[in-house]
This record gives sequence, structure tokens and C-alpha cells, in this order.
Amino acid sequence: MAKVVVTQKRCTVNPLKMSQSIGAALAFMGVHNAMPLLHGSQGCTSFGLVLFVRHFREAIPMQTTAMSEVATVLGGFENVEQALVNIAERSKPAFVGICTTGISEIKGDDLQGFMKMIRATHSELDSIALVDVSTPDFEGAFQDGWAAAVTRMIEELVEVPLLITHPSKQINVLPGCHLTPGDIDKLRNIIEDFGLDPIFLPDLSGSLDGHIPDEFTPTTMGGITVEQIRKLGSSSYTIAIGEQMRGAAITLEHRTGVPYRLFERLTGLAANDELMSFLSGISRVSVPQKYRRQRSQLIDAMLDGHFYFGGKRVALAAEPDLLSAMALWLCEMGCEIQAAVTTTQSPALERISTEEIVLGDLEDLEMRAAGADLIVTHSHGRQAAERLGIPLFRIGMPVFDRLGANHQVTVGYQGTRDLIFSVGNIFLASAHEPTPETWMPPGDNAQPFASSVMQ
Amino acid sequence: MGTLGSKIQQVLNEPGCATNQAKPSEERKKGCNKLLTPGAAAGGCAFDGAKIALQPITDVAHLIHGPIGCEGHSWDARGSKSSGPLLYRTSFTTAMNEQDIIFGGEKHLYQAIKEIVNKHNPPAVFVYQTCVPAMIGDDLEAVCKAAAKKCGKPVIPINVPGFAGSKNLGNKLAGEALLDYVIGTEEPEETTPYDINIIGEYNLLGEQWQIKPLLDELGIRILASISGDARYHQIACSHRARAAMMVCSKALINVARKMEERYGIPFFEGSFYGIGDTSDSLRKLARLLVERGAPAELLERTEALIEREEARAWREIAPYKKRLAGKRVLLFTGGVKSWSVVSALQEIGLIITGTSVKKSTPDDKVRIKELIRVDAHMYENLKPREMYQMLKEAKADIMLSGGRTQFVALKAKVPWLDINQERHHAYAGYVGMVQLIREVDKALSNPIWEQVRRIAPWESAKAENALQLHIA
Repeated sequence: MAKVVVTQKRCTVNPLKMSQSIGAALAFMGVHNAMPLLHGSQGCTSFGLVLFVRHFREAIPMQTTAMSEVATVLGGFENVEQALVNIAERSKPAFVGICTTGISEIKGDDLQGFMKMIRATHSELDSIALVDVSTPDFEGAFQDGWAAAVTRMIEELVEVPLLITHPSKQINVLPGCHLTPGDIDKLRNIIEDFGLDPIFLPDLSGSLDGHIPDEFTPTTMGGITVEQIRKLGSSSYTIAIGEQMRGAAITLEHRTGVPYRLFERLTGLAANDELMSFLSGISRVSVPQKYRRQRSQLIDAMLDGHFYFGGKRVALAAEPDLLSAMALWLCEMGCEIQAAVTTTQSPALERISTEEIVLGDLEDLEMRAAGADLIVTHSHGRQAAERLGIPLFRIGMPVFDRLGANHQVTVGYQGTRDLIFSVGNIFLASAHEPTPETWMPPGDNAQPFASSVMQ
Repeated sequence: MGTLGSKIQQVLNEPGCATNQAKPSEERKKGCNKLLTPGAAAGGCAFDGAKIALQPITDVAHLIHGPIGCEGHSWDARGSKSSGPLLYRTSFTTAMNEQDIIFGGEKHLYQAIKEIVNKHNPPAVFVYQTCVPAMIGDDLEAVCKAAAKKCGKPVIPINVPGFAGSKNLGNKLAGEALLDYVIGTEEPEETTPYDINIIGEYNLLGEQWQIKPLLDELGIRILASISGDARYHQIACSHRARAAMMVCSKALINVARKMEERYGIPFFEGSFYGIGDTSDSLRKLARLLVERGAPAELLERTEALIEREEARAWREIAPYKKRLAGKRVLLFTGGVKSWSVVSALQEIGLIITGTSVKKSTPDDKVRIKELIRVDAHMYENLKPREMYQMLKEAKADIMLSGGRTQFVALKAKVPWLDINQERHHAYAGYVGMVQLIREVDKALSNPIWEQVRRIAPWESAKAENALQLHIA
């Protein structure tokens, strides 16, 4: 079990972490016809927006309350009100998710109070679902903001079922922010193959999977609809993926009585065996032939690949749930975790087998990664990897210097199989060719015999 | 905040800015800091602008005092290139936490500066103030002063909380910080009659290196670039230049004008985008240097170089004429200066069918009309949805714009070329213009367009069936 230590440095160098505010904004982007709104200065939105554009290579809907210095001091009610009115008029969304930032939190703007007052005077907003979430960027990290936004959507939108409905084929899935649109697509297929009907909150696979829409809208194109969110209570089960979603799953259970099952991860053989058994159990459908075949393919990939993974030392930096999914899987393939750095506290960290996990930055990673065989983190790890001469496997967010980040799949038997190939190929490509010096004895005997005789 | 407030007033009422001077005196004071509309704003904040202007200084440590949202989302994102030091690509931030909010972040900041100096010993530390510490009253100037004394090296306060205003304002405030704390604080090892400053050029994608060989050949030395591929020492010595060129945007006009005032360095506003503009700029540089005492033969050498390079550029562009003539271009770009590329595009026969004039002044509009020979549409405020519709209806063969409208074009399956700052190719100087034409050609002639526009077979079958049903 790993010890979690907080870095003692005063200056954060090469940040790993991103803010809660944009984590929440991304969660809101998994809702259809949505507009996330950051209550802060325009830079808060602009930086987040550019980051998402670079990662997803898609147009990103995101607005700002454009707080000025004066507005910040006096309070942001008018800015929030104006922003909502303007967004309603210009973009006609079905949903606006409002995230706070550092300045609106320090000022203490009471968003829930604001909402009530705005609702009372603006009937034009009646048809728009509004959800606010507290996401100060001076505490927590991206995945905390994502989780908080999902919890708030459940609290504000999900209807409490009047009576216990008949057994439903509808299944709620609450994916953590480390699941890509590609992961969600894959997971949907798996669940559907058991005759179940999954709905995802949030559903980035509808909005940010990179597709060609029939028309161009200023809001999200695809994702879970507000109507679907309201009906989460009529599902028979909730599947939560990643420790970060536990809170949201519990909130949903309390509100609607829908029981939940949390999967810490869906990468690796055992993890997916659990998923299959669960789905088979709740659906009373035996595991389809397709997945028996895929399981067998994964086992074959593990056999073929383990030669290259065994004994390899890996330095990892990612948010807790992604870190834990990757670290546990790498260990299952025979790797050692030489260094692990993460952004925020989480029970998920306890399960990782390494000496210590640092709550820190990419400098902390770089200092601990020397001699490792592989670095696994987001694109910002590229400088450290280059300086250390260690290959980098990009994962998480942002990935701005590779194509296809939104379709990187690491869930399911098949996703795990392909991950073995991607990472294994990096190990293969960086294998060193032997030279006459490779087996030279160390120390005083390092001189070749012939040359010492010549002297 | 008082000092920041007066600084902002000062830079907004910029006498060197023709646009501002054309306004009535009351308007003038308001400057160009437009009030933002909540819910309908786009663009970066003052901090963003300051970082754009100063982060290209390669050998200093850039420390951002604020919570993670300010630096964590934006570091190592700009393509400013360095010919040497790489410290500017390392991100430093105090990543303020709740403790800092409650007790103040000054001590945290002070210790962070010390840590950086101990680890990297840079020639200077630039410290950027953001909204949260400004709000809780962290005294940036005082901390920097104390840290400078303790560390024995310059620690430069850059007071640019995002809520102060736009990116453009941030550019100017960054310039003020250079004027107040850096420029004129060191002396160059030697000076020559050919020393110039280039102001407002950031060496994005190494564009400065498309120009530098020309200057090298003429014997003109860039004493300081503010701030592309710059070293701290160069900027500290920049007051010894003989002439300056303010490149492209008016972002750092306050720096150019105040350096003229304080140190007598004459400047002109020029551009290295476009063949004609590059030649003009070289000419003006040579003339300014000669006026300030450089030997007159520089003018002749400059003319000879211009003639040779222009001929070479047109020779290299010529083969594209046949391929590109008659293609229709939608041009959506902010600054009027990007218009310098228009002449090159038109020269080879591309037709500008439409353009935006959202950010243009009345003067700009006249100029645009003069530039575009064919009758093109000028759009005041084209919404992405309308832009998409136009492209869908094939009213243009290619769109040239900035990253914000990239996906409008791509989703409409229309070739697109980035001509704003996030672009992937360098377009400066003569070689850059040839490169631009090459990129336009590459975009237009890519074989994917025909494939991606093809209707899926089942869709066309459906259409055919429907047609047959209709006939029946």
C-alpha cells in the first residue's frame, strides 16, 4: 500500500494539475444542447476553451460571466444574470451549467440564491435547465470538479420516482472524467450486448467524439438530454466508474433508490471479468460469445506481451483514478511503478503498490523518473521525457501533440488488449541493441583484456 | 490597486495610437478597453496578454502567482522558439491554495521566488499577478522588491490580473513592466551603427529566423527583440539601439513610443508579412539607420537585396499561378495587418470573395476596399452558423482564418488554413510568403476533399429510390 506524500516545495513547476472549474465544465459538455458558463474573468474560460480545443480538436462551447475588477468587488449577480440572458438569446441551449472560479468563490457569490432571483424575473429562461456547482480553483483538481458537477446535476435535475417501477432494462452509467468518448462508446456496446439500455451521465461520446454534424450549433451537439437526466431514477442499476464517481452514485441512490455498483477501473483482465459477471447477473444473459472470444484474445496478448513488460520500471503521473487504473494494470503485466505523482487525495491511491505517491507536479515526476523505462502522463510530460531520454506514453488530458486522444480506448477486454500492444510496442521500439561493451564487467576490470595487455 | 488603475488609464490613453487619437477626447480616455458582454465574450484576459508578450524571453523564469486555473491550463502552449535557453518553457506557479487565500499569498510567493533562483539561477524572475492574489491584496511590488534584494537579481513585477481587461491591455501592461524595470538597466558590450530593436515580434514557429538572415546579410544587428527569442540582457540593453521597428500589431506601441521619448530611438510600424511589406520594412529600417549615422551605402545594398529576393520569391510562386488562379477565398482575420498577405494571394489569381470587418476601424474598411479589387462581401458580424451555411453552399473554395473558426470550415468539409497565431507554419518574409502559397495549394489540392464529400452509398441509393418512387 502506498504512502501519499505532499510535495514540500513552495513553487509548483510544470503543473500536472488542472482546475476544478474546467473539470466541471467538461462534465457539462456531456449534456446535449448545453452551454457551460464559468463565473469568473474571461481568461478563466478562454484558457480552458483553448485547452479543450487542442485536446479534442473540436469546437468547444464555453462562456464566461466576464467579471471585471469592479464587478468582482461588488458581486457578480448582474454578470450572471446578463450572461444567462445573452446565452439564452444567442445560443438557445436546453441546459446551462455554471461553474464558479477562484474569484467568485472568494467574493462569496451565492449562485443558488442568484438562480432563484433570476428565475423569478426571467421567464425566457423557464425552458432552460440551470445547474450551478462550486468549483474553486484554489482547492481540489480537475476530477473533483467533474465529480461535483455530476453530483449537482443529479441533485438539481433527477426526478424522484413516485412509485417503484417495474424492472427496467435502463442502466445508468456514471463515467469518471478519465474515460474518453471512445471508452464510452465501447462500454455502451458492451452493456447493450447484454440486452440492457445504458444512459451515460455525462455522455461525451455524443458531443466530443469528433463527428460531422448535419448543422452547426453554438452549443454541444449530442450527449445525454435533460429529459434523460430527469429519468435516471427509473433505471434498475447505476454503474459508477472510478472512485471519483462514488459520491454521485450515492447521491443518486439516496434520491431515487437505484442501487449502484462501483467499478474502480475497467482496464485489465480481472477488472473486466467482474464487469462481465455483473452485467450477466443483472441482465440474466450469459456472457455473449463475442466477449468470450475477446477475453481469449486479451489472454493471448498478455502471453505475447509479458516478455516486454516484465521488470520494466514505469514513472506515472495522472489524476487519481487514471493513475490507479494504469498503475494496477501495469503491475498486473509485471511492471514496477518507479514513481507515481498525482493531483488530489483519493481512496483510489491506496490500492497502488508502490512506496509513495506524491501529490505534486511534473518536476516531482522528472526528479523520480531517471532510469525508468517509460513515462506515462499527459502531453506536458514531453519536456521531461526528452530531457531524460525516456519514451513517453500519452494518456489523460491534455494530449495536444498526438491525434485521436478522444478515441484512445483503455476499457474492456479489447481496450486492454490494444493497450498492451500500444505500450508493448514502445518497449519493443526502445530495446537496446547489444554492443561489445554491453556485458563489460564494471569497475577496475572495465578495460578490455587486450588493451590492458597492450599497456 | 491604485497604481494599477493609473497604469491602465495611462496605457489606454496612448498618444502613439492613431486609432485612439482619432476619437473625441472623452472617448479617448476610455481607450480600447471595451466593456465585455457577459455570456457573449471571447478572448483572453490581461494576464494572458502579458504572458504572450513576455514569455518569449527565453532565459528568465516566468512565475505565475495565482491558483492553478491561471497557469495549469495554458503552459507550454505557445510556439515561440528559442535559439538557445529553454527555461522559458518551464512553468512556474505558486498554485495558490486555501491557506494562501486565508492568510495571504505573499510569503508563499517570496519562497517560490527563492526556490527558483536556487534551482535555476536565471538572470531574472518575472512574476505575474493574477485575479485572486490581487483580490486578497497581495502586494506584488513589495514581494518582488524584497526578493530581489535577498536574491541579488532582478525580480520583475508584472501586475496583470485578468479582470483588469483584455489581452491587448495585458500586452501593454507587460510593456510597461519592461519600461519600468528592465529597459535601460544594463549596458551592451559593444554597439554598432546598425543596431536595431524589433518590438512586438514573438518568433512564433521561428518566424524571426525567416527575417534574420536578410538582416545579417545587410549587417543589421538585432540588439534586442521584444520579445521573440530574446535574452534578458538584450532587453535590458535595448535603449542603445539606433532605430526600432514595431512589428504588425499595436500591442506594444507604448514601448516603441516611450523608447523614442526616453532614449531618442526612432521607430516605424512595419510588417514582415507579404512580399511588398517585407521590402518596405527593410527599406525603412535602412533609411532610419542611415538617418542616425550609418553609412549611406546601406541603402544601395538594401535595394539590391530586395530586388534579388523579390525576384526569387515571385519565381518560386509562379508555378502555383496556374493551379490557384480563380480559386475563391473567404478571409476571416482580426488585424488589418494580415491584409498584407492579400496582395500576394491576389497576385497569383486567388479571388477574395468575402471577409469580416468586425474588428476593423472605418479607415481599415477603406483600405480593405482598396485592396480587394473584386467586389467582395464585407461581413460585420457573421455567426459561426451562418459562416457554416455559406461554406456548405460552396460559396468559397478555401477559408483562411484563426483557430476559433477552424471547425466551422472543417465540419463543412471545406479546406482551411490557419493564418493566426496558433498556425503551424511560418509565413514571415519572402520565404514565408512562398510557404503560405505552398500551404494554400497543399490545402486545396489534398485528395481527401473529393472523398469526404462523397455521399455514403446507402444515402445515394436512398436518394435514387426516392427519385424512382417519385417518377413512378
